Amino acid sequence: MDLFLSQILSGLSSGAIYASLALAIVMIYQAIEHINFAQGEMAMFSTFIAWTLIVNYNVSYWLAFLIVLIVSFFGGILVERIVFAPIHDAPILSHLIVFLGLFAIFNSLAGYIWGHTIKSFPSPFPEASFRGLVGLHQLGTVAFVGFLLLLIYVFFSFTRLGLAMRAAAANPVSAQLTGIRVKWMTALGWGLASALGAVSGMLVAPVVFLDPHMMGGILIYSFAASLLGGVNSPGGAVLGGFIVGVLENLVGTYVEFIGNELKLTFAFILITGVLLFKPNGLFGRTVVTRV
Amino acid sequence: MNIMNMLKHGFLYLTVLCLVMIGNAAYAGKKQSSPGVTDREIKIGNTMAYSGPASSYSKLAKTMAAYFDMLNAEEGGINGRKINFISLDDGYSPPKTKEQIRRLVEKEKVLLIVTPFGTPTNLAVIRYLNKKKVPQLFPTGGFSTWNQSKKYPWTVGFSPGYNAEGKIYAKHVLKNHPHAKVAVLYQNDDYGRDLYDGFKKTVEAENPSMQIVAESYESTSPTVDSQIIKLKASGANVFINFTLAKFGAQAIRKIYELDWHPEHYITYAAAFISATFRPAGFEKSQGIISAAYYMDPTNPAYKNNPGIVKWRKFMSKYYPKGDQTAGLNVYGYLNAELLAHALKMCGDNLTRQNVMKQLESIRGLQLDTMIKGVKINISPTNHSPIQSVQLIQFKGEGFVPIGDIISAN
Amino acid sequence: MSVTNTSPDSDFSIGVSNTEDPTAASSFSEKIAGLSLSGWRRLALFVGLFVALLLPFIFEGFTVFQLTLAGIYAIAILGLNILTGYNGQFSLGHSVFYAIGAYTSAILVEQFAMSSYITIPIAAIVCLAVGFLFGLTVTRLAGLYLALSTFALALATPQILKHKSLEHLTGGVGGLDIFKPDVPAGIPLEPDQWWYFVMLIILIFMLWATHNLVNSRSGRAMKAIRDNPIAARSMGINSTLNKAIAFGISGLYAGVAGALAAIVIEFVAPDSFTFNLAFLFLTGMVIGGIASIPGVIFGALFVLFLPNFAEDISKNLAYAVFGVLLILTVYLMPSGAAGFFRSFLLRLKKELLARSSVERG
Repeated sequence: MDLFLSQILSGLSSGAIYASLALAIVMIYQAIEHINFAQGEMAMFSTFIAWTLIVNYNVSYWLAFLIVLIVSFFGGILVERIVFAPIHDAPILSHLIVFLGLFAIFNSLAGYIWGHTIKSFPSPFPEASFRGLVGLHQLGTVAFVGFLLLLIYVFFSFTRLGLAMRAAAANPVSAQLTGIRVKWMTALGWGLASALGAVSGMLVAPVVFLDPHMMGGILIYSFAASLLGGVNSPGGAVLGGFIVGVLENLVGTYVEFIGNELKLTFAFILITGVLLFKPNGLFGRTVVTRV
Repeated sequence: MNIMNMLKHGFLYLTVLCLVMIGNAAYAGKKQSSPGVTDREIKIGNTMAYSGPASSYSKLAKTMAAYFDMLNAEEGGINGRKINFISLDDGYSPPKTKEQIRRLVEKEKVLLIVTPFGTPTNLAVIRYLNKKKVPQLFPTGGFSTWNQSKKYPWTVGFSPGYNAEGKIYAKHVLKNHPHAKVAVLYQNDDYGRDLYDGFKKTVEAENPSMQIVAESYESTSPTVDSQIIKLKASGANVFINFTLAKFGAQAIRKIYELDWHPEHYITYAAAFISATFRPAGFEKSQGIISAAYYMDPTNPAYKNNPGIVKWRKFMSKYYPKGDQTAGLNVYGYLNAELLAHALKMCGDNLTRQNVMKQLESIRGLQLDTMIKGVKINISPTNHSPIQSVQLIQFKGEGFVPIGDIISAN
Repeated sequence: MSVTNTSPDSDFSIGVSNTEDPTAASSFSEKIAGLSLSGWRRLALFVGLFVALLLPFIFEGFTVFQLTLAGIYAIAILGLNILTGYNGQFSLGHSVFYAIGAYTSAILVEQFAMSSYITIPIAAIVCLAVGFLFGLTVTRLAGLYLALSTFALALATPQILKHKSLEHLTGGVGGLDIFKPDVPAGIPLEPDQWWYFVMLIILIFMLWATHNLVNSRSGRAMKAIRDNPIAARSMGINSTLNKAIAFGISGLYAGVAGALAAIVIEFVAPDSFTFNLAFLFLTGMVIGGIASIPGVIFGALFVLFLPNFAEDISKNLAYAVFGVLLILTVYLMPSGAAGFFRSFLLRLKKELLARSSVERG
């Protein structure tokens, strides 16, 4: 029973990690109705910036956290304005190619600037563990993700800016007519998503250690999580993250054939299965294509 | 104006050009007596992961390059010939390694390949090099395949075999914890499996009733937390850590977090102070046992050791950007030293056969950055130069030796 | 959300305006410098063939080996082009079919002592079947979702190849070491040269086959599905079958490439077939020119040789360079090198036409 409980708790902690990146993925989706393949790499890059501030410039953790949030926010807006705005009307394949290009650039640059030796990244939470079952950092991550979710919910449901963003994504033409600057809504979405990604990176790094490939292993699970929860539902993404985390651990522990050696296959089956059988995920809204 | 005429002329020129190039290629025969060697220089080749995830190891090749710079500057090279060390990037990708090795052998015509990096990468080229009779010296890591002098006579390993290392820990556990239940975490590839195999077979042979529980992980996994939880739940009181730096650090941390206190052994390939124990946290790493055959430069015990002092001088002068806390840089220095030693023994007879012959005659050699008592022995039937290690234990911020030098036999 | 953009030419292939129009040349009766446009094409083909035949005698073994690898990549990229360029299905998983082809060949040679030559068509059939079945399964997925699914498959594949249950066949993590057969008796070629020609024959055959496929009825159906899937269905094209077949054929190409690679490199291991490889194929396709058959050759040469050049500048930045070039291609040369070349020729044609009509008029 102890093993089961530990695995569940551990699954919830990895789930929180997947959920945090999934939130960023969903946020971008809200803005551009596309999945950003480069989300993880951008988050990793932001985390490296934080590391540089903390280790090389002796900035305090929370100050660095804030600075990186701001930098990532504006960085995301810049990326959108410079890289994506020109190809806004281009076919999807162009978007995919550009996403992959960004993936390669961020990954390679991070390796070039900071090298590949793993680096330790501080956690804002104390280092103890809760009854020997799960670390305080993990619990803190779960709490933090919940808090973020609340913020996002409030933002989208009750603030004018949030509502404007949703309108711009749902029906750009009508939104433009009501005076919403649609282009800036898209940029805002990117900025918010990048900031969320940075948070995700900074939560993940203390657990897995910081290196350019840190997010690679997490990205695919976050995609699975956002698909499972419904790619336009932030709440769904978080729930999806926890489900994926727990399932991954339980399947890895109790299903011998998969064990620890076929976890990625499990992710693939999950993703493809959800896409085939429940494309809107558990909580998403159906999208209708009119000809 | 008449393009057709121009084209016809163009074709003529093209054909003539091709004939000239073919003629030139056929004519460029061997100018050297032995591949890679002239009166003025000795060309040697190396492949290393300069790009991609394994690139943190590239400092190894950079240290070697610096060593040869030093030889060229201070001694005029070896036997009056400068060393030309050509190191190419393979991004840790076996097909790329194959390509680069072929370039080194067929285009650059190097005398030998020294310290090519990686296990899958070396596996991709071992047969090619042996078929072409090119010395494949000191492929990194202790993979047992490097020590098969009958099958691969041109390949000579360097580090004690993983299999042998696994055996050594098994012996220590059997002796000191005969009633233990053992948990093993190993990386799911050649490296991890070789270690686990050596350990398991030794235990099964000498104490079949000893229980072993094992979990593996992929090098692409984000964490190994799930595996550690499972292992703790098995009730084991000895933990064998056959991982690489990042995962070794994660395992150390998770074990501490879970309030588990097994006897903890870690493979030397993961036992770097700066790359593993510092990120994990020194206070969590107390008591961990590993093995070593060369000195870790951050170990306070070796601060004034003449070998390390000499190494530091070398690093400051010839590789000033190099990390003087990285054990890998001592390893690279050691590899280069051994090669230089063998080449010097060749005198003017710098053929591939003679390089092998000289290497295979080395007995009882101790180089100054090796731990005292560990010696290098190579023979025509033994291509594992280092077979003994010193068991060490982490105390404070460095390792202290425990017990005597243990041999794998 | 409604689909707004439906014009076939500007829609899919990232802005290319004149993808495949063999009739255009013959309707234009003016000649550039004594040769019609199709005449120029034929000339280019001959020159290309001539150079290709000559290369293994100009360069020494190692470069021939590299050129053979480039040709192998070209075959794989050609397959990807059929699927993505002509049929509109995004695959980030072509490394998987390549791997299946490579392992099929290696296992048959190593464990079943078959001749290397016959493993190539066998790998082709295996990958055709696997590709078709996979295509059938994911036929409902489109766009970025299909990309995501294939991305996940590409990531999962090395793990599957390392799995214990398959180890007796695949050699597990260490992979398989195989010998390539000697040059057949009586032929005065070095092994590298011989295998270059084997690759070349296969490559030429597949280029020709693709050309025919694309211009056939099935080919037009594929393109119709790419350009407007809903309209295509309403025209009676069985898009499920068509898409699955396209996947199968595309897989076949990658499988052939993989089998050749296994033979020529003489080594297969799980870590040779990571997502990086799929990324290289995609990059080669984009830079060479989507939906361009000759473009695959340029793309393949590019992705094979660029890392070697990048190494001199900075060893770590090859992938960053790829990324930048990918993005630049989308902006500046949406139809890749082939499109760039084509539009250059078109401009030349217009120039000469204008000049000749001025002369006449």
